Amino acid sequence: MAKLSVEEVKHVAKLARLAITEEEAEKFAGQLGAITDFAAQLNELDTTNVEPTTHVLPLVNVLREDVAAEGLSRDLMMKNVKDQQDGLVKVPPIMAE
Amino acid sequence: MTNFETVVGLEVHVELKTNSKIFSPSPNKFGSEPNTNTSVIDLGYPGVLPVVNKEVVNYAMRAALALNMDINQHTKFDRKNYFYPDNPKAYQISQFDQPIGENGWIEIEVGGEKKRIGITRIHMEEDAGKLTHGANASLVDYNRQGTPLVEIVSEPDIRSAEEAYAYLEKLKAIIQYTGVSDVRMEEGSLRCDANISIRPYGRDEFGTRTELKNLNSFNFVRKGIEYEEKRQAAVLNAGGEIKQETRRFDEKTGKTLLMRVKEGTDDYRYFPEPDLVDIVIDDAWLEREKAMIPELPDARKARYVAEMGLPAYDAHVLTLSKESADFFEATVAEGADAKLASNWLMGEVNAYLNAEQKELEDTALTPEGLAGMIKLISSDTISSKIAKKVFKELVENGGKAEEIVKAKGLVQISDEGALLAMVTEVLDNNAQSIEDFKNGKDRAIGFLVGQIMKASRGQANPQMVNKLLIDEMNKR
Repeated sequence: MAKLSVEEVKHVAKLARLAITEEEAEKFAGQLGAITDFAAQLNELDTTNVEPTTHVLPLVNVLREDVAAEGLSRDLMMKNVKDQQDGLVKVPPIMAE
Repeated sequence: MTNFETVVGLEVHVELKTNSKIFSPSPNKFGSEPNTNTSVIDLGYPGVLPVVNKEVVNYAMRAALALNMDINQHTKFDRKNYFYPDNPKAYQISQFDQPIGENGWIEIEVGGEKKRIGITRIHMEEDAGKLTHGANASLVDYNRQGTPLVEIVSEPDIRSAEEAYAYLEKLKAIIQYTGVSDVRMEEGSLRCDANISIRPYGRDEFGTRTELKNLNSFNFVRKGIEYEEKRQAAVLNAGGEIKQETRRFDEKTGKTLLMRVKEGTDDYRYFPEPDLVDIVIDDAWLEREKAMIPELPDARKARYVAEMGLPAYDAHVLTLSKESADFFEATVAEGADAKLASNWLMGEVNAYLNAEQKELEDTALTPEGLAGMIKLISSDTISSKIAKKVFKELVENGGKAEEIVKAKGLVQISDEGALLAMVTEVLDNNAQSIEDFKNGKDRAIGFLVGQIMKASRGQANPQMVNKLLIDEMNKR
C-alpha cells in the first residue's frame, strides 16, 4: 500500500489551514494513502474509447441573461458577520504598514 | 559591468461592464455604498449555485477577437483554491487549461519601429472583494466580489519600459473600442501586474523574475520597470542573485519595495468547477460576436492618414480613445478641416480636459460647436486668438460658434480702412520702432502688431495688420 509522505500530509494540512500534530501527520499519511489507493483503482479501467469529460451530466451552456437584481440589504448580510465597522466587514489585520 | 536586456510580461485584469455579476444577479456597479451589491451566491453560502452570465462570455469573446486570438469553442471554468478574506468562498472561479482565448497579438510602435507583442491567453474569472488594510484590522467591502473579469496575459515579448507603456496604451484602446469595459485605471476597471527579469544580451534563457504590483497608472508601470531593471542590474553586477519575489511600486519614492518572497510555486489545486457545466460556442455564436467588433484603433489610424491626410502622430493620438476618435470624425463630418480639427482636439481641447480633469462627454462641447468655430477660422471671420475665447464659451456653456461670435461682437476686423487707421495711430506713437525696423530689426514688427492686437482686443486680422504695417513703414 502506497503511503503518502508525512511532508505531503503537512503541506496539505497547511494549505487547508489545519493544525496537526506530528503523530496525526503519521496517522493521516497511512489513512490518506489508503484513500488515494482506493481511487487509483480507476486507473485500471481501459478508457481508450471514452471521451474525456469534466461532468457526469450531459449538459452544456447553462447560462443566464444579464439582468441585475437588487443586492441583499446590508443589515441582513451583516447578520452572519462577526465584526463590522462603517458598513465594512472587519477581519484580523493582514498587512501591518 | 555587464549590460543587460530587460524582459517583461504583463498581466492585465479588465472588469467587464455587464449589468450583473458573472455568477449571480447582483448589480455590477462601481461606487455604491459598501456591501450593498451582494447576494448569497457572492458570499458563498452553503447550497447556492452559480450560473454563468451569458453576456460575460460574449464580452470576453469580443475582447479576445479584437486581440487577434483563437477562440476555444469548448471552454470551461475551474476552481482555484486559496484562503484570503477578500473572497468569502475560499476559492475563485477562474479558467485554467481551456481559457476562452489563446494565441493573440497586438502591434505597438516605439520610436518609429513596429513590433508585435504576443498574447498568451485571455480567461474569464470573478473579481474578489476590496480590502482596506489597517494596523489593527483589515476591512472588506464585498461589492466587487463576483464582478466579471478577463485576465489578459502577454508573452514575455516586451523589452523595455517604453514598450510596456505602448502595449498598455494599445490594449486599453482596443478594449475600449469593443465597448466591453470602461478600462479606467483610477476606478480599478483596468489593473496591471508586471513580471520583470533581465539577462545578459545574447543569452536565450530568462533570468529570475520579480513580480511588480500596485501599478496604479501607466506612468507608474513605466517608472516601476525602469527602477526594477536598474535594481536587478546592480544586484547582478555586485555578484548577487535575484530572488523570485513580489515587490510593490512606491508612488512617493518611485522605488520598488519587497512585499514577499515566493517559496516554491503557488499551490492553488485547480480542478474543474463542479458547480458549472462546460460552455460550447458553436460557429453561429462565434460569427455573431465577430460581427460585433467595431473598426479598431489601427484601422482608424490608417484611414485618418490615407483619407484625411493627417500626420501619423495626430492619427495615433486621436485614436487612443474611441471617444476622441468619434468626436473628431463627427467634427469633420460637420464640415471642419481635418487638420484644424485635429490641432484643436490635441491642443486646446486636451489642455482643457487635463486642467479640469474631465472627459469630453462631461463638457458642453459638441462636434457641431467645434466645427462651427473652425469654419469661422477658415473663413477668416475670427482669428485664432479670438477663437480661444469662443472655445471657452463652447466648452463651458455649449451653443453655436456663430451666435457666440455675434452676441459678443468678436468678428475679426478685416476692413482695410479701419485697420489702416489703427496702424497709423500706432506708428505715430512709436517713432523708435519705425527706426528699429529700418535698421533691420524685425522684432519691431512683432511689437507693433502686438500693440494693435491689444488695442483691438484681439479682433484685428493679424495677417492684414502685418502687411499694412510694413507698407506704411516703408512709406515713411
